[in-house]
Amino acid sequence: MSSLVLEMAAKALRLNVPLSVQLDLTYRCNERCIHCYLDHDDHGEMNTAEILDLLEQMAAAGVFYLTISGGEIFMRRDFFEILERARQLTFCVKLKTNAVLIREKEARRIGELGVESVQISVYSHLPEVHDAITKMPGSFRQTIEGVRLLVQEGLSVTLANVLMVQNSGDYHGVRVLAKELGAKYTVDPTITPMMDGDRSILNLNIDQSALQGVFRDGTLVGNVEEFCAPPSGPDAEALDMLPCSAGHTACYVSPYGDVYPCVQFPLPSGNVRQTKFIDIWRDSPQLNEVRTITLRDMPSCSQCTHGGSCTRCPGLAFMEGNMRGPSSQDCEKSFARTGIPSENYKKRHASPHSPATLNLVQIQGVQPVQPVHSGIPGKLIEGRAATA
Amino acid sequence: MTNNQYVARSKAIAARALGDETMVMSARNSTLFTLDEVASVIWAAADGVTPLQEIVRRQVCSRFDVAPDIALQDAEALVANLAEHGIMLVSDQPLETAAGARTDAR
Repeated sequence: MSSLVLEMAAKALRLNVPLSVQLDLTYRCNERCIHCYLDHDDHGEMNTAEILDLLEQMAAAGVFYLTISGGEIFMRRDFFEILERARQLTFCVKLKTNAVLIREKEARRIGELGVESVQISVYSHLPEVHDAITKMPGSFRQTIEGVRLLVQEGLSVTLANVLMVQNSGDYHGVRVLAKELGAKYTVDPTITPMMDGDRSILNLNIDQSALQGVFRDGTLVGNVEEFCAPPSGPDAEALDMLPCSAGHTACYVSPYGDVYPCVQFPLPSGNVRQTKFIDIWRDSPQLNEVRTITLRDMPSCSQCTHGGSCTRCPGLAFMEGNMRGPSSQDCEKSFARTGIPSENYKKRHASPHSPATLNLVQIQGVQPVQPVHSGIPGKLIEGRAATA
Repeated sequence: MTNNQYVARSKAIAARALGDETMVMSARNSTLFTLDEVASVIWAAADGVTPLQEIVRRQVCSRFDVAPDIALQDAEALVANLAEHGIMLVSDQPLETAAGARTDAR
């Protein structure tokens, strides 16, 4: 990430601006991926007018990066109406899709609308493996055709390769495929619990040995020695660090209008059908609680030798039952990276048990939250640039 | 003073005010720019029909302590730089534009 992007993020944090939002238009999908964390029924999605109004509200609140995702975004018949309005409001739009429904016409329109990037899920370079994961015969062929068409339109396309037991050895093949297609590549070795709290799909996570293989692959992580270096423990500066952007400069809005700190952090913080987006962002007790948490406030992680370097996800910790607690999946990753177990890792492996399942649901009856409610620069006119 | 220039925000950008600055990203290559307070004033006023000289006189000189000829010189340099990156359109004729779609016009 460039220093200019970091500088803007720091300024947004100071000004309490929601710089990034992921908006899921629907949880409906034409695929049935075995690892998906969503159910695919429509429990009362926001209609077109509600979404267009939300876009106006988010623009006024200062949202710059807008990720439009799902479910499958092309299951919405009003998708292009929404995208056109988003671009009129000058959001930096990123799309997440399986690209199955993208043909010439759709690719051309996405290109014309100046979408910043498109991320497409590809699980394997082998059609039979990909299709077995999506449970949709022919999906690999259709997805790859969609990728080709978007690349032809000059769009920045990234193949997102989620690893699980079924495809753990295929990431080299997907990387080569991405290069052949003129696309970028990103890998994610983590399967997350379902948003309703069901943790059964975690059985699909790749094992320690496969995870170690990923973390010791220099073509993926860069400097392996540095990436896998033993942790030195959190210093005073690390103890005051914020865990991530969730709830600080970023949030998530579900198809039903529920606001969460992040798509992976399903803490119900308000609903835009009941409360204005900016009021939720500024005044939600849940978001404000998330904002108070630093590493110092985490009893276990602040004492852990991995505390300063761990990729701990507060959302995964929340789904384990405590947003100030450890995220066991990240403890697994820290062990795979460094070979040094965290205290939580040792405890879990001494007496393995599943963490308590939270009664999380996708449709929340959230109570409305009551709001509590220039100098001349040295150089006259300045424009600075950096590639994001 | 030079001849009148007309300036308009390109359609091929993403942009948002952040405090007194403005973030602008080129849809062409994802390059991110930040405009300072004065540049942000010019950016916001770049409607394609108001001459740059007029924007500088009305929006910049009235709000900031700067000589008109210096302000115009700086403004011309700014818009030329932004036009080079494809995020602003500059013309000697009035322009019609609206943000939100790709265009290669400059």
